[in-house]
Amino acid sequence: MDFENILKKLKEKDRVTLSRVITLVDNETKEGVEFLKKFYKERKDSFRIGITGPPGVGKSTLLNKLIERFAKKYESISIVAVDPSSPFSGGAILGDRLRMDNIYKFDNVYMRSVASRGSLGGLSSSTENILQVLEIFGTDVIFVETVGVGQSELDVMEITDLVVVTLVPESGDSIQAMKAGIMEIGDIFVINKSDRDDAYKISEYIKSILQMKYQDKELAPPVINVSAKNDTNIDELVNRIESLKEIFIQKGIIESKRETRRKKEVREILRDMFIKSIDRELKIIENKNNKDVSPYEISEKILKKIDFKSLEDIWKER
Amino acid sequence: MERKIKVLVAKPGLDGHDRGAKVIASALLDAGMEVIYTGLHQTPEKIVKTAIDEDVDAIGLSILSGAHMTIFPKVLKLLKENKREDILLFGGGIIPKEDMEELEKMGVGKLFGPGSQTKEVIDYLKDWFEKSRKQ
Ligand code: B12
Ligand SMILES: Nc1nc2c(ncn2[C@@H]2O[C@H](COP(=O)(O)OP(=O)(O)O)[C@@H](O)[C@H]2O)c(=O)[nH]1
Ligand SMILES: [Mg+2]
Repeated sequence: MDFENILKKLKEKDRVTLSRVITLVDNETKEGVEFLKKFYKERKDSFRIGITGPPGVGKSTLLNKLIERFAKKYESISIVAVDPSSPFSGGAILGDRLRMDNIYKFDNVYMRSVASRGSLGGLSSSTENILQVLEIFGTDVIFVETVGVGQSELDVMEITDLVVVTLVPESGDSIQAMKAGIMEIGDIFVINKSDRDDAYKISEYIKSILQMKYQDKELAPPVINVSAKNDTNIDELVNRIESLKEIFIQKGIIESKRETRRKKEVREILRDMFIKSIDRELKIIENKNNKDVSPYEISEKILKKIDFKSLEDIWKER
Repeated sequence: MERKIKVLVAKPGLDGHDRGAKVIASALLDAGMEVIYTGLHQTPEKIVKTAIDEDVDAIGLSILSGAHMTIFPKVLKLLKENKREDILLFGGGIIPKEDMEELEKMGVGKLFGPGSQTKEVIDYLKDWFEKSRKQ
């Protein structure tokens, strides 16, 4: 594979090439990993914004409105929308484009739908890699849409710089039922569909929860009522995102988030490689002579046998 | 990791008959494929842009309006212009047999008429993928 040529085309903003490189990393291929290794230093510090919340609250519709604003302001915008894979068939319906007609109006907007694949409900393990490709491509802002259920809430916080939690007037009852998490991860809370009844009741309720959590009331995340459908108060949301971004940069919050992210990623890759090398050695159990050897003892044996130098080969086998 | 087949199912033009497209989309989902569904009223330009950005393996068009002889060739042409003629273009709907044959001669893949079993579609796609996509 001619990596230098691929990089050159990416820098020329060639979308066919961008799409194909993303497929390489989405499918966790050897070429994809090599590409990221080789050109990691080429990436730009794109600002990553997570949009999360329960299904149907209007995340895609809202994103469509945000794109309109951001596409006029920045040179290059990307969207990665993650939808859950079916645990039964392994397939997925990726339908976020349905609500995003603005992606076709601006040439500087790139949108990619991905299935969560192996990680049930959570983000695809390759999502971080896809974001890195977009950073090498040189995009300014990346939006990541994820369905906020269970694990993916935490995932989205880890791979983005700022999280917008999206709820609706009907979310009141479910907030308490929601697993701890959704209240902790938001940097901004949006009550979408505020064209409906009780929208301000719920925003007051959420504000009161947040004020309790944050001693310093100045630091409590803002709660904003919008209607993506009627395009109400979207500019207020955009302003909040922009001003939080500035604060995060000034206070070095983004810097430290990125450092944590890198550390976590290294850990994850190592764990992945480690498990694969262990799996290779598990044959030892099939040996009849080992029938009465305790699992602890077998583990110790395996640990001594693992050839750490071969981790690279294991990775390449994928 | 097993490579997933990624398919764009699209409804072009003013055609509002979307049952067939939905039936096909959910059958492909059940067969373990990743399906991008973009809804009604897609132009050939939008369809091809989506196919390229999403890097799909195949585009399935559903046309019951009678516009198949203009839309299929247009999509083929745009794919070629973007050097992505490797993407399979296939589909279904209300398409007379002679038209199906003519379109297939132009380079369109298999076309499925009313009453087609979803299994036929799945087998066709898997077979194509096996032959032309898996390295
Ligand atoms: C239901 C129906 C409607 C419903 C549609 C509801 C909806 N949301 O889909 C309503 C009442 C709204 C409607 C309206 C009209 N209809 Co109508 N409608 C039908 C009807 C009776 C059945 C279509 C259907 O849903 N079939 C069930 C699905 C599952 O089958 P299917 O779509 O054929 O899909 C199968 C295959 O074709 C194939 N397939 C289809 N798409 C794809 C895609 C891929 C990728 C693949 C692999 C396979 C595939 O696989 C599917 C499974 O086997 C047909 C007649 C008929 N028997 O086909 C007329 C028919 C399609 N309608 C027709 C007409 C003319 C109209 C109207 C213009 C009527 C009018 N004058 O107002 C309007 C146009 C509306 C519009 N905006 O487009 C004509 C079209 C004539 C033509 N093409 O020359 C037909 C053929 C009736 C006729 N004999 O005249 N219609
Ligand atoms: N009333 C109202 N409906 C909305 C609003 N925003 C989105 N919707 C509708 O909510 C449904 C789900 O929207 P979608 O963006 O797909 O939600 P997602 O699953 O969170 O991405 C669609 O039918 C939208 O039209 C809004 O502000 N007000
Ligand atoms: Mg969505």
